[in-house]
Amino acid sequence: MTLKQIEGSHGVAEAIALCRPEVICAYPISPQTHIVEGLGEMVKAGELRAEFLNVESEFAAMSVAIGSSAAGARTYTATASQGLLFMVEAVYNASGLGLPIVMTVANRAIGAPINIWNDHSDSMSQRDCGWIQLFAETNQEAMDLHIQAFKLAEELSLPVMVCMDGFILTHAYERLDVPTQEQVDRYLPPFEPRQVLDPAQPVSIGAMVGPEAFTEVRYLAHAKQLQALDRIPELSAEFNAIFGRDSGGLVRPYRTEGAETVVIALGSVLGTIKDVVDEMQDAGHKIGVLGITSFRPFPLEAINKALQGAKRVVVLEKCFAVGVGGIVATNVRMALDGTGQEVRTVVAGLGGRAITMSSLNQLFLDAMAGKLEALTFLDLHRGVVDRVLERERQIRRSGPIAESVLRDVGTVASNIA
Amino acid sequence: MSLQTVKFYQTGTFTVGNRLLAEDERTIQATAARSNSLNCGHRACQGCGEALGARYAIDAAMAAANGQLIAANATGCLEVFSTPYPETSWQIPWIHSLFGNAPAVASGIAAAMRIKGRSDVRVVAQGGDGSTTDIGFGCLSGMFERNDDVLYICYDNEAYMNTGVQRSSATPPAVRTATTMPVGPEPGNVFGQGKYLPAIAMAHGIPYVATATVADLRDIEYKVRKAINIRGAKYLHIFVPCPLGWGSAAHDTINLAYLAKECGLFPVFEAEQGEVTGVSKIRRLIPVEEYMKPQRRYAHLFGKKPALETIAKIQARADHNIKKYGLLEQGAQR
Amino acid sequence: MSIVLDKPFAITLDVGSSLANKTGSWRTARPVYLDRLPPCNNQCPAGENIQSWLNLAEEKQYEAAWRKIMEENPFPAVMGRVCYHSCESACNRGTLDLPVGINSVERFLGDQALKHRWKVEPGKSTGKKVMVVGAGPSGLTAAYHLARLGHAVTVFEASAKPGGMMRYGIPKYRMPREKLGAEIARIREMGVDIRLDSKLDDVARTMNDGGFQACFLAVGLQRGRCVDIPGAGEGQEKIAVVDAISVLRAVELEEATALVGRVVVYGGGNTAIDVARSAIRLGAVSVTVVVLEPREHMPAHPAEVKEGIEEGLHLINLRQVRRIDGKVLTLEIMVAGDGREYLHTGQSETMEADVFVQALGQAGDFNALCNLPGIVIEDGAVEVNAELMTGSAGVFAGGDMIPAQRNVTAAIGLGKKAARNIDAFLRGEKPRLKPKADIADFSKLNTRYYSDAPRTIRPILDVVRRSSGFAEIVGNLDEESAVFEARRCMSCGNCFECDNCYGVCPDNSVIKLGPGNRFKFNYDYCKGCGICAAECPCGAIKMVPEEI
Repeated sequence: MTLKQIEGSHGVAEAIALCRPEVICAYPISPQTHIVEGLGEMVKAGELRAEFLNVESEFAAMSVAIGSSAAGARTYTATASQGLLFMVEAVYNASGLGLPIVMTVANRAIGAPINIWNDHSDSMSQRDCGWIQLFAETNQEAMDLHIQAFKLAEELSLPVMVCMDGFILTHAYERLDVPTQEQVDRYLPPFEPRQVLDPAQPVSIGAMVGPEAFTEVRYLAHAKQLQALDRIPELSAEFNAIFGRDSGGLVRPYRTEGAETVVIALGSVLGTIKDVVDEMQDAGHKIGVLGITSFRPFPLEAINKALQGAKRVVVLEKCFAVGVGGIVATNVRMALDGTGQEVRTVVAGLGGRAITMSSLNQLFLDAMAGKLEALTFLDLHRGVVDRVLERERQIRRSGPIAESVLRDVGTVASNIA
Repeated sequence: MSLQTVKFYQTGTFTVGNRLLAEDERTIQATAARSNSLNCGHRACQGCGEALGARYAIDAAMAAANGQLIAANATGCLEVFSTPYPETSWQIPWIHSLFGNAPAVASGIAAAMRIKGRSDVRVVAQGGDGSTTDIGFGCLSGMFERNDDVLYICYDNEAYMNTGVQRSSATPPAVRTATTMPVGPEPGNVFGQGKYLPAIAMAHGIPYVATATVADLRDIEYKVRKAINIRGAKYLHIFVPCPLGWGSAAHDTINLAYLAKECGLFPVFEAEQGEVTGVSKIRRLIPVEEYMKPQRRYAHLFGKKPALETIAKIQARADHNIKKYGLLEQGAQR
Repeated sequence: MSIVLDKPFAITLDVGSSLANKTGSWRTARPVYLDRLPPCNNQCPAGENIQSWLNLAEEKQYEAAWRKIMEENPFPAVMGRVCYHSCESACNRGTLDLPVGINSVERFLGDQALKHRWKVEPGKSTGKKVMVVGAGPSGLTAAYHLARLGHAVTVFEASAKPGGMMRYGIPKYRMPREKLGAEIARIREMGVDIRLDSKLDDVARTMNDGGFQACFLAVGLQRGRCVDIPGAGEGQEKIAVVDAISVLRAVELEEATALVGRVVVYGGGNTAIDVARSAIRLGAVSVTVVVLEPREHMPAHPAEVKEGIEEGLHLINLRQVRRIDGKVLTLEIMVAGDGREYLHTGQSETMEADVFVQALGQAGDFNALCNLPGIVIEDGAVEVNAELMTGSAGVFAGGDMIPAQRNVTAAIGLGKKAARNIDAFLRGEKPRLKPKADIADFSKLNTRYYSDAPRTIRPILDVVRRSSGFAEIVGNLDEESAVFEARRCMSCGNCFECDNCYGVCPDNSVIKLGPGNRFKFNYDYCKGCGICAAECPCGAIKMVPEEI
C-alpha cells in the first residue's frame, strides 16, 4: 500500500485502474470529469490496458457500457446530475439485462435551475432503477467501495452505482491509501460473465417479455438485491482481511450506544455530523449517528437493529421528494414499522448549500427537545420564500383577466367574500 | 456494380442461385449451408421485407466473418418479431437494448472484442429507419465519427411500422401514414422535410457507405462482404418494403423494391471515404407511378382526379436522383 | 421450449427456440410446385419435351439432352434441319426479345449424336410382331418406338431407299442425305427390319402370312395433285407441265428434271418453295412462284419464303392461273375477300414460261388396303379413331395418309402416338392419356430475372436463327452458340433450380433438396405470403387457397 496526497477523483481513478477495467466510456460532466480524465490519461499513456471511448452523450456512455459488458468486458463509466438523467433509459436497461457495470455518480443537484453543486437528487432519482447504490462517506471509502463494487456486481450480475459527493469528495485533496495491484488481484477475480455474447455459444439477450413472465422477472430482480444484503457485509469483511481496512458494509453506526436520538445520513456529511455528535456527547447528550452505505438494497433489518434503543430518529438527507418530503426518511420509516419510534426528516445541503456545525448543533438540540417538525428544511431563508409566496398569492388572486378587470371596476367586488 | 460479368447463363446473376454458375459464383442464400441467422418461427407479417433483408444481410455477414459475428439490435419490428419470450429466431449472439442505442451498444461490443484481442469477431448493429434516422441518430453519428469497427445496417421501410405506421424522417413526401393522413390541402407527408441518411453517413467520411434493396440479393451480399472486411465504421441502408405499412400485397415485396430502384426513387450505390464509387444502373427505366400505384399509401394520389402535380413532384425527385447518381447507362433511352 | 436456467430468466434465450412457433397456421393460401406445359412443348407436333432437353443442353449434358429428344423423336439431326419449328413461334422468349433458336440446338444435338455414334438400345423382347408399311418419317418413327418397347418390327418400303418424303420430298440442300441415312441406320441397328423395294399389293395378306399381330400404315401421299388448266398450243411451243412431287423425286434420284429455262411454280406451300429453290440451284433462267393467297396467308413457312426470295425467286401473290397457251400463261388478278376467300376480278395478265410446275397438294394410292376389313377411305385419306386405329382391328394408320396436319414433324408425332397405341393394343390395354397441364404462357413468368443477351451477340444470334433449318447453307452451329442459345430458354413452367424460392422466402420455409431434386415447402412455417410464386421466374409455383 502507498499513501498518496491526491484528489479524491484521482484516487478513485487509481482504484478503478487497479480493478483492471477493459472498457471505459466517458462523457464530460462536472463533477465526475476528473475521474475519467485520470483514467483516459492512464490508457493513453499505456499504463492501463483498456479501451477508452469518448462518446457523444451519457446515453451513449451507458449504451456502450451495456454492449461491452454483455460482450464479457469489465466495464466502467461515471456521470453525475443531468448526465445521469440523460442516460436513465439505458440505466434501467443495464440492470434489467443484469449487466455488472460499475458506475460512479459524483452526486450533484438536478436542474432547473441548473446547479453544479452537490446534493443527492441525481442518485435518488434512480433509487428504483434496479442498480445497487453504495454511498461513500470519504474518499478512502469511495476508492474501497469501487473495488468492492466490481466484485459484488460480477458475482450477482447486477450493475452497481458508487455514489460520492461531488466537489466535497471528488475535488478534495487528501492523503489516500492506494492499494497494491497484488492486493486487488487477490480480492477481485477476473470477470466471468453469467451471460455473454459469444459466437461459440450464441444466445439472444434482451427478449421481449409479456405479462406471462414480467412479474417473475421483476421479482427475481428484487430477490437478487436481497442476496446483496447478505453479500455486502461479507465482501466488506473479505476486503478488511486483505486490505486491513474497514470499508463498506450496509450501515455504519457511530456512538449509538445509549443514544436516545440517532441521526441518519448518507455520504460525506456524516463527517460533519460525527464532529457535532462528538461534541454533544461530550456535553452529555444521548445522541448517536447511523450512516447508510447501501441505499439499494435498503438494509431494513440492519437499520431496525441499529436503531433499537433510540427514541427518535432524525434523517438528514440531501434530497427530497417534492410534494411529499424525505426519500431516505420514508425508507427508514419502513425499517421502523411498528416500533413507534419517531422519525423526523431534515432536508439539508441542496444544490451545495453548506451544512455547518452550528446549524447541525441547533438542529439536534431542537430534535432532542421534540421541537422538530416532521419535515424541516435546514437553514431555509424563510424571509425569501415567504415574500415569494405572498407575491404569488396576490398574483394568483387576480385570476383570469376578464374577472380582474371587472373586479377593478367594482362590478363583482360585492360577490367576493 | 456487384453484378458479375458472367457469360450468358440463362438468368445470369439475377436469380438467387443458378445451377449453371460455378459454385463460388453463387450466392450465400443459394447454399443449403447458409446460416439462417434469422430462423423460422419468427412473427413478422406475411411478406415482410425487413425479415428477408435481415436474413440476407446477416447470413452474408456470417459468411464473411466465418461465423464470428455479434449483432446489436434496436427496438422495432425486427426485434419484436424475432425475440418474444420464450422464443428467439436468432441463431447468432444477439442483444437488444433500447430503441435509440444500437450503434452505441455495438461500439461497446466492438471495444470489448478489441481489448480481448478478438479481431476475428465482427460486429453489426441493425435497426429500422425510425431507430436509425431519428431516435438513434445521435448514437449512430457518434459511432461513425469515432470510426468504431461496426457495420450498421438500416432496414428502411420508410415509417414507424411497429407502433402502427407513423411518419419517420425517412418517410417520403405525399405518403400516407397514421400521422400524415391524406387530408387537408397537402395530403400525406409534406414535401421539403426528411433526411437522407446515406448522404449524412458519407459526410462523416467513414470508410464505407452503401445502399441496397431486397430485390437485389447479390448486391446485398457483395456489399455486406465488402463492409465486413473493412475495419472501421460502415453503413448499409437496405430498402425493405412493408406490406402492412405500405398497403401492398404480401407477394409484392421484392417487386416493389425492384420498382423503387428502377424508377430512380431509391438510388443504389456505394461510397468509400465519402465519395461515390459505384452505382447500380437502372435496367429499364419506369415512371414513378408504376412503383407507387400498387401501394395504398399513395392511393390518394390516384383517385378519380389524379394529383398530377404531386406525382410530377415525386417524379422530379426520381429525376434528380437519376442525374445526381448517374443511374442511367450512357446512351440509355429515357 | 427451453429456458436457460443458468442465464437471466426470460431475458436471455437459447437459439433455435422459435421453432416452437409454427407460423404455418397463419396461412390462407399455400404455394405448391407444379410443372406447367411450356408453349414450345405444347406446340411441337412431334410432342418433344423441348424445355427439358434444352435444360440438359444448358448444362452441356449433350448426350442426356439428345436422349431426352430420342424419347419422342428418333430424327434430331433431320428435324434440326427440316422442321418448320412452330415451337419457336410459340416461344415466350419471343415476347421478351427473340425466340430461342430451338431448331438450331436440336440440329447441334442430332449432329453430336451422329459424331459420337450414340445408340439407343431396343426394349426387352415382348415376342410380339408388328409390321409397318412405309419407311417415311411416320413409319420409321413408329418402328423405332415399337422397337424400344420390345416388339419385333418389319418395315415394308416400296422405294429403293428408306426415308419417304424426307428423302424424296425435301431437297438435298436442305438436308444432306448422310444425316438421314445415319439416323435411319441407327434405327436399323436396333433390330428393325426395313425391306426395300417391297411394295405391298395386299396388306391384309402380308399381315396374315407374316404373323404380325398389328400393323401400322404410313404410306403417305406419293402423287402430286394436278388441276386441269385449259389452253392451246402445239408441239415444241408448249409449256412443259409437271407436278412438284415428281420433280422433287427426280431431283433426289438425280434424274434429268424439267427444271430448265423459265420455271413457274404454282402453289403457296412449302413444296412449291422447295421446287422453286431447287430450280434456282439447278440453274433455271428464272423462277416465279404464283400463289393464290397474299404473302401473309401463304401456307409455306415465312422463313422459307424469305430465304427463297433472297436466293432470287420471284413471288406473285393473288393470282390464279386461267389458261396455258403455248408458252403463255394467263393469270387472273384476285382480291382478298372475307377471311380466306379470294374474289375474281375478271382482269388478267400474261407471262411467258418454259416449265409449269403444279404444287397443289398430294394424293395417295391406297389400293393395297382393299382387303383390310372395315377400313374406310374418304376424301383421299384413311379414317382413324382417336387412337389412330383404322376400322380394321389392329391396323393403325398415320402420317400424311390420314386427315391431319401434313408435314414431317406431324408425321413423326403420329408415328410415336401410333407406336404407343399399338403397344397398348398388343397388351390388351387402353392407352393412358396424360391430362394436359396448364400452359405456361407469358403472364405466368417473371421475366426480369432473365439476362438480356448482350447486344454484341445479337448479330451472331441472327445468323444462328436464320440458319436454322439451313445448316448446310450457313454451316454448322458451334458448341458455344448452341449452349448460348439453349441458355436463352426461360424454362417456362418448369423449375430449373434457380434457387429463387429458396432465397426469397422471408420465413426460411423452402427446403432445398439438392441438385436435380428441386425444392419442397415447409408448411409448418410457410405463412403463405406468395413471394416465392411472384418471384419464380418460370411460373413453376402457384398459390392454392387453404381448405377451411
